[in-house]
Amino acid sequence: MKKNKNDTANRFEIVISKEEEGGNSSPYALEVRNLDIRYDDFLAVKNVTMAFDKRQVTAIIGPSGCGKSTALRAFNRMNELIPTCSTSGEVLFHGINVYEPEVDAVQVRRWIGMVFQKPNPFPKTIHENIAWGARINGYTGDMDELVESTLQQVALWDEVKDKLKQNALALSGGQQQRLCIARAISVKPEILLMDEPTSALDPISTAKIESLLDDLKKRYTIIIVTHNMQQAGRVSDKTAFFLTGDLVEYAPTKDLFFNPKDERTENYISGRFG
Amino acid sequence: MKTDFQTSPAPAFRLDLAGRYRKGTLWSTVFLAITLLSVFFLATLIWTIVNDSFGYVILVNETDPASLARDGKALEALDAAGLTAVLEENLPGRRLRSLSNEKPLAERSRDDLYSVVMDEVVNPEVKAAFDLSESVLAKETILQTLEEDYPEGDLIFRAWLNRGFLGAAQSSVAIAAGVRGAILGTLMTILVTIVIAFPIGIGAAIFLEEYAVDNRLNRFIRINIYNLAGVPSIIYGMLGLALFVRLAEPFTSGTLFGAVADPTTANGRTVLSAGLTLALLILPVIIINAQEALRAVPGMLRQSSLAVGATKWQTVWHHVLPASFDRILTGTVLAISRAIGETAPLVVVGASTFLSQDPTSVFSKFTTLPIQIYQWTARPQEEFRRIAAAAILVLLILMLSLNAIAIVLRNRIRTKKRLSR
Repeated sequence: MKKNKNDTANRFEIVISKEEEGGNSSPYALEVRNLDIRYDDFLAVKNVTMAFDKRQVTAIIGPSGCGKSTALRAFNRMNELIPTCSTSGEVLFHGINVYEPEVDAVQVRRWIGMVFQKPNPFPKTIHENIAWGARINGYTGDMDELVESTLQQVALWDEVKDKLKQNALALSGGQQQRLCIARAISVKPEILLMDEPTSALDPISTAKIESLLDDLKKRYTIIIVTHNMQQAGRVSDKTAFFLTGDLVEYAPTKDLFFNPKDERTENYISGRFG
Repeated sequence: MKTDFQTSPAPAFRLDLAGRYRKGTLWSTVFLAITLLSVFFLATLIWTIVNDSFGYVILVNETDPASLARDGKALEALDAAGLTAVLEENLPGRRLRSLSNEKPLAERSRDDLYSVVMDEVVNPEVKAAFDLSESVLAKETILQTLEEDYPEGDLIFRAWLNRGFLGAAQSSVAIAAGVRGAILGTLMTILVTIVIAFPIGIGAAIFLEEYAVDNRLNRFIRINIYNLAGVPSIIYGMLGLALFVRLAEPFTSGTLFGAVADPTTANGRTVLSAGLTLALLILPVIIINAQEALRAVPGMLRQSSLAVGATKWQTVWHHVLPASFDRILTGTVLAISRAIGETAPLVVVGASTFLSQDPTSVFSKFTTLPIQIYQWTARPQEEFRRIAAAAILVLLILMLSLNAIAIVLRNRIRTKKRLSR
């Protein structure tokens, strides 16, 4: 069992390195097939099938309780932390279903990072917030260099370069959230899941993070859950609309907002409910 | 314009601000009274102990120390040879021989000889002991007693808690008795307890809180730990007697390792048995406290660690434990304070009732401060009550200083953790 898990862990690395050499690669960063998620008897996500484009920002919108966050957390197996939650269906990452019994969730999360709703840096130094993830994942390069380049990717370096040894909790909310994004990308994942990353922030901090996404999508596939339709319109290439656990509509953002096919989508984006 | 808030514009509402404030004031007064009452009880306790620990005593010497001066030197100034001579002159041969059988006089240190002279020759006897309030308020009566009943006696103001008391071994004479052995016994026992209970307790808490799945077996274990925390301590004494003293005797008496402090009494009634028993006693408390501490760590911290690809153990070790360590420490300190004061289980495990040697290793026979206090208070003589009070003061000071160390340690961790939050 243990050995199998290690094999799978390596399988991700082997598959990814082969693809980098121009091997047979999947056209999508992540494919979801027939995803059902239950909390005890309550079906929170119903038979969702969708695929996420590489190096694009995909937004998931919908009213509260529609299952959008639950679906997002299923992509890197974070739902397993909730004992009552059970998942069926497939989430394919490089052609491998991350829910296969011999796949190790740790390895999945190493390639599919996550940023949470509330800024939650580790109660350690700013430097350590970036370095820790890299260290436990066996990073052997120059740590200071990694910290600097990672912080520069989230446009935080100039603000914190003189206080790397200070506690991260001393930063403002917006800075903390950018640090959390930096922490997520410090291990060089392929996909970045963002669960309403700006809902706890002020408009200026929100704008900074939104402008970051444009840069970040050059390297990472970003899936962002938001309850803010304007934000989805501003930052995403494609948008998925969830309602009571169903994927109602999934289309390029422009089409979804200006030319929705489904009546429920139209009602939601025109502000008739939600 | 001043609005009259009392006449509410909505007739169905009755503002009654005065009544609401009155209720609040009433309760806060009640709580203040309760607090003052407990402060009063605590002060009474401390006063009683202090009152018993200091005061005048009337001493009557069997032999006047001034008459023992040799070559123009007072008794206190004599060297070993002089003291030996004093002993040889004043003691009957039989007593001298039995003293030499214990340890030849020539091999004894000067201090040892001096205390033998004091015990055997001078032999001061406490005829009456007065407490602090009597000594201060009724000195005339005391002087009168001295003149009338003990004209040959000395009146001395004695602090029963003094350096000699701390440094002396147990003795059957109250004025010479001390708590050195009991302090060492307490410290060594508690050390064993901490070394065993702290890591095991935290380990069990981590397992139950972070790893254990919610199944019937684990729920059963959990409920049992809660129940064990409420089991009377004497039951743990029985368990310790059966388990450590009897069953694991070769281990607890040290014969297994050939490291026996005293082969004649190697019967498992050792510091190690006592420490292990107390460790069992406080384990449930430590586990429950540590579980609470781990539960108080926000789940978000665990998630953010797991989300960068950390394993569960890395998450626990690097994030959850540091974040909860100050709380864990607080719980452990409380548990250890309880262990320091425990008497009943140690009586059952077999604390020595009279022990004049210090414990030298974990395989030594032992006594502890609470045991010592318990025995002294059981004696009928007035002066044993005084040294019991002094020993209580020692126990309180010991406990407070151990707690203070732990609190300083905890605050240091906390400042580091809450840095500029």
